[in-house]
Order: sequence, then C-alpha cells, then structure tokens
Amino acid sequence: MTQFLFYFLSFVAVAAGLMVITAKNPVHSVLYLIIAFFAIAGHYILLNAQFLAIVHIIVYAGAIMVLFLSVIMLLNLNKDNEPAKSNILKLAAAVAGGLLLVTFTGTLKGTESIIASQPFDDQIGYVKALGKVLFNDFLLPFEVSALLLLSAIIGAVVLVKHDLK
Amino acid sequence: MQSLTNRKKVVGKKEMTWVEKLYLPAIFGGMRITLKHMFSKKTTISYPEQTREFSQIYRGMHVLKRDEKGAERCTACGLCAVACPAEAITMVAAERKKGEENLYREEKYAATYEINMLRCIFCGDCEDACPKESIFLTDRIVPSDFERNEFVYGKDKLVETLENPIDVSIRQTPEVLEFKKNKKLTHNR
Amino acid sequence: MFTPDLIFKVVLILSIFVITLVIAMYSTYGERKIAAFMQDRLGPNRAGIFGILQPLADGVKMFMKEELIPDISNKVLFILGPCLAMTTALMTSAIIPWGSNINIAGTDFSLQVTDLNIGVLYVFAVTSIGVYGIMIGGWASNNKYSLLGALRASSQMISYEIAMGLAIIALIMSTGTLSLKEISAAQAGFHWNIFVQPLGFLIFIICSFAETNRAPFDLPECETELVGGYHTEYSSMKLGFYLFAEYINMFIASAVISTLYFGGYNFPFMNSIGLSSNAVAILGVIFLFAKIFFFIFFFMWVRWTIPRFRYDQLMRLGWTVLIPLAIFNILLTGAIIFATNN
Repeated sequence: MTQFLFYFLSFVAVAAGLMVITAKNPVHSVLYLIIAFFAIAGHYILLNAQFLAIVHIIVYAGAIMVLFLSVIMLLNLNKDNEPAKSNILKLAAAVAGGLLLVTFTGTLKGTESIIASQPFDDQIGYVKALGKVLFNDFLLPFEVSALLLLSAIIGAVVLVKHDLK
Repeated sequence: MQSLTNRKKVVGKKEMTWVEKLYLPAIFGGMRITLKHMFSKKTTISYPEQTREFSQIYRGMHVLKRDEKGAERCTACGLCAVACPAEAITMVAAERKKGEENLYREEKYAATYEINMLRCIFCGDCEDACPKESIFLTDRIVPSDFERNEFVYGKDKLVETLENPIDVSIRQTPEVLEFKKNKKLTHNR
Repeated sequence: MFTPDLIFKVVLILSIFVITLVIAMYSTYGERKIAAFMQDRLGPNRAGIFGILQPLADGVKMFMKEELIPDISNKVLFILGPCLAMTTALMTSAIIPWGSNINIAGTDFSLQVTDLNIGVLYVFAVTSIGVYGIMIGGWASNNKYSLLGALRASSQMISYEIAMGLAIIALIMSTGTLSLKEISAAQAGFHWNIFVQPLGFLIFIICSFAETNRAPFDLPECETELVGGYHTEYSSMKLGFYLFAEYINMFIASAVISTLYFGGYNFPFMNSIGLSSNAVAILGVIFLFAKIFFFIFFFMWVRWTIPRFRYDQLMRLGWTVLIPLAIFNILLTGAIIFATNN
C-alpha cells in the first residue's frame, strides 16, 4: 500500500513538474506546480512528517502560490506577449539545471550509510519531537529566522502606515 | 444667511476619541438595533389573504355595467374616450340588430371597447363623463401579467357578467355624487 | 476488513456529510428569514408552512436554470473552480470533534473522523487553499469583474491569514497542543478558551469573517461594484456550488470557533449532574450544535448590520490593526505563561 502510494505520488509529482515547464499558459504552470506541491506533501506524510507536510501546504500551496497566481493574473501574461528567448539562454538554463541535478545526486548518494545507522523513530516528524530539536539544538538560527520574518511583517505594516501621513 | 427654522445643525469633522476609534461600541450599538428589530412588529401584509384597507373612493380597474335586465348600458358615444387624458380608451360602435334588445340597452352599442391599462392613469374622468352610467372605476386591482399586450383589456374583461355583478356603490359617496352634478367642471359637461 | 470501528467511521463520515449539506441548505433559508426579520419583513413563507420548503424550491430552481459556459472561458478550469470551492469547504469537517467518546456495546467510539496531532494547522491549511476555488473560477471566466473578484479574494485571504495564524499561535501557547480533540477535552466544564484568550477570539472571529468572504468583508463578490464578483459568469448548479460552499464555510467556521474558543462539546456542570457518559456525550453534541447555530446566526446578524468595507479600509484593518494586535496578544500570552510558571 505504502509502496504503491509512493510510486503514485512520485509519478504525479514528476508529471506535474514536467507540465509546469511545458505548459504554454503561465496560469496552468502555476496550477501544475500546486499539484506537484501536494504530491510532495503526500510524500512527507508517507515519511510520518505530518507537521512538515501541513506547513508545506500552508506556506507553499496556500500562500506563495496564491501570490504567484494573483501576480500572474494581474500581469495578464500569455503566449502572445512572452518575449522570445535566445538559444544561448536556453542552453545556459539547461546546463544550470543539469548541474543542480548532478549536485543533488552527488549529495544524496552519500547519505545512504547515515540513514542506515540511525535508529527508526516514528515520532520524529511529530510537532513535539520537532519542537524539541528546534528549541534545543537550533535555538539561535530558529530565533534569528523568526526575527527576520517578524521584521518583514512589521516592515509591511510600517509601509502602509507611512501612506497615511 | 438667516435660517428660517431652528432645525439647522452644524456638521463638523471632529477628531474621534480613543473609544470611538475602536468602532466596537458603535458596532455593538448597531447590532443591538438590528436585534431589536427582529422582535418588532412586521410591516408586511400577506397580500392575497390579507388586504390593505382601501379608501372608500379608491379608483381601480374599470367595469362596464349592465342594466337591471342584463343589457349592456354602453352606447358607444365616445365621451369617455374624449375625456380620457391618457387616451387609453378606444371603441368601435355598431348598430343593434333586431332580437338583440336583451343584450344592448341602446340602439347603438360598442362592438369593441378597449382600455389600455398601461396608459390608464385611473383618474376617473371616464366615469364622470359617462352619460349612461355605464363605466365605473371599482376597488379591484389590475393584476400583473407577463405580456404587454395582455394589458389591453377588451370587453371580455371589462363587462360585468350576469352571474357576478360588480358592486360600484362603494365609491358613490354623497360627496362624489355631488361632484358629478357640478357641471361647471369642464369634463362633466 | 469490516471492523466495527470502520463501519462506525463510515457512518460518521456519511452523517457529517449529510448534516453539513442540510445545515448549509437551511442556512440559506435562515439567512433570508433573519434578513427579513431584521428589516421588519416576514421573509419566504409560501413554500410549506413558514416557508420551510424554500431551500427545496431554491434547489429545484438552481437545477432547472440554463447552464452557461462562456465561449472564451477556459472550460476545464471553469468547471474545476466550483468543485474546488465545494471540496475545500467540506474538508475541514473531518477533524472537528463533534462529541466525546460514545460507548456502544462495550467499545468506545470517537465522534471525530480523525484526530490529527496537527489539527489546528490542518484547519489553517484547508482555509488557505480554499481561495483556489474562487481564484480559478474567477480567472477562467475571462471576465474583468470576475478577475477583479478573484484578485480581491486572494489578497484578502493572504492578508487575513497572517492575523488569523498569529491569533491561533497565542491559543496554541495557552493550550499547549495542536490537536483539536485535546483542545476540546482541556475545556471540560466551563474552562472555555474565550476566558483565556478574549483578544485572540476577537481577532480570530474578525479574520474568519474575512476568510469566509462574509459581509462586511464580502468584497470578492461585492455586487455594488463587481456585478457578482468571481461568480459573475456562473449559472445553474455551478453558481449553486459557490453559494453552497459559502454557507458550508460558514458552518465549518462556526464549528471551529465553537471548538477552539467556546468549549466545543463541553457544557457547564457536565460532570456534576450525574448522567451516564453516553448521555453526556449526546448532550455534548447537542450543545456543540447549539453553539454552532448561535455563531451561524451571529454571522448573519453581522451581515445585516454592518455595511461593507471599502477595499483600502479592509487592507488597512488587516495589516495595521489586526496583525499588531495579534503580535501584542502573543507577547501578552507569553508574559502571562512565563509569570504563572515561575
């Protein structure tokens, strides 16, 4: 069952990812990207990382993609006014993407032994376990990033307030 | 300028206090009002079962009366059509044949008689002008319809039936009868 | 395969589904009745006694209407829009604890479809993807009014989600759990969260008005400016789905508010009146629904009282009032927890 779900979700994720690149209409690309995100969230759930899965949906599918979609709708992008890209640019993009793939495979290839040495813990993806790790081992980076996000919110509020005067 | 009444109010845009800026008291005030209205008496009148009280001299849908023997009173003189300020009335006159004495009272009668209810302003001048006491405005309401041409009422809808005579005496108060006798008014001549 | 637990779950899911739909149907009737009463009118009273069959008449009307799909619209997405709106509206009901455990023939059955350990976040995630139904439908209609409605919906949702999330964080801080079942259980008797988090509740309820697109925040479908907003081009049952989704959202939002802040299925003196646990559970379900109905009434009450915001006022309220207030609420909660723990 789990294996079947894994292959199904992987298929959906990869297919949706391919459609993101090949779809002619930018709005369709964004919608396929959302499907891909949902498939990835499904993978997180298979890994028993429910917190990550739900946060993934909230942040990426629920907020960032909504923003993307509304910006694309506002700009009214379509096939006709899309600038033609030169072949050199396409080649550069392909090389960059290929390099990223090589880097990922290289990095992940070395992790097999690490995974095997770790004891399996089915509570690892739960909020409690995650909170313990975040607030003990990674307290400083966590607080710094929280402060960064808070300052972004406050910055937005200040920008709106400034408009009043 | 000198104000004629003392009801004038100077409206100013004054700075709101902190409590007013919260808007919550104002919102709760509004919600109290709407809640109060939930339990207040409803003004709706459920029409077909319940009707609003009519004025005694209400002028509604017309009727063409018959006389005591059941013959139509209208003689197609055309005075109503002339009196009509909205030009809503048209008619075609015809001569009475032998054997139709029980149908039409006069020797001349209206073969067709049409009132366009969309043009009619229900002023009642036709009733005042009628020399034969044939046309009357009643307390009935002209029903609504989907088609415009359905509002041109012919004799089928205007003439009262023998089985169901329409009572027109409600409107004929002493004041109205007195008014009709006053021949100084142009349309009564 | 067919364990009693599985059968119970299937029955529970089906009954929640049916109850949700019936409540949404009768919310449309309730809305019209309440609007009428508040305006000194009688409201629909012709279909059946007191107009009780009005929702059926409305449903038949919706089905009978001509189905129009604009020629230049994106047909797939045009149909997908209302479906998504309906699906996301129904999804949240899965994790709301409708009552405490019920004991049938010696086995305990939970009146909750599933208890996620991240329950509150699940609610939040479903609300955040709920906007796609509106956005996709609005864009696919290929109509300027629809597009404007969709854009308004998206920016309104994102803006108010922040304040809503911050209000929920304060609640989570004081309850110490994300599971809705545990949050409900912790409010046993009369220890409702409204007394712990009054400010958080105020922020949450304002945001839930914005998230369900109800007046005074119904700018995405603002008929005075945008004809019909995102559903301008919709007709027949697809329009019905959008309208239905709004009422389901309202029902679910009321259920979430009742569960998070008003004790869920708990009621005062539930353990001291000496009833069996099954009787308490059933009474609890009744109390939960009473609370939900009150909040549905409250949603309508506000709609027929407060005029619609202007769009810049809406954004200003969200960003300059609610977000700072929510952050202040978090600080306050943190300070109180710190003080009581020491």
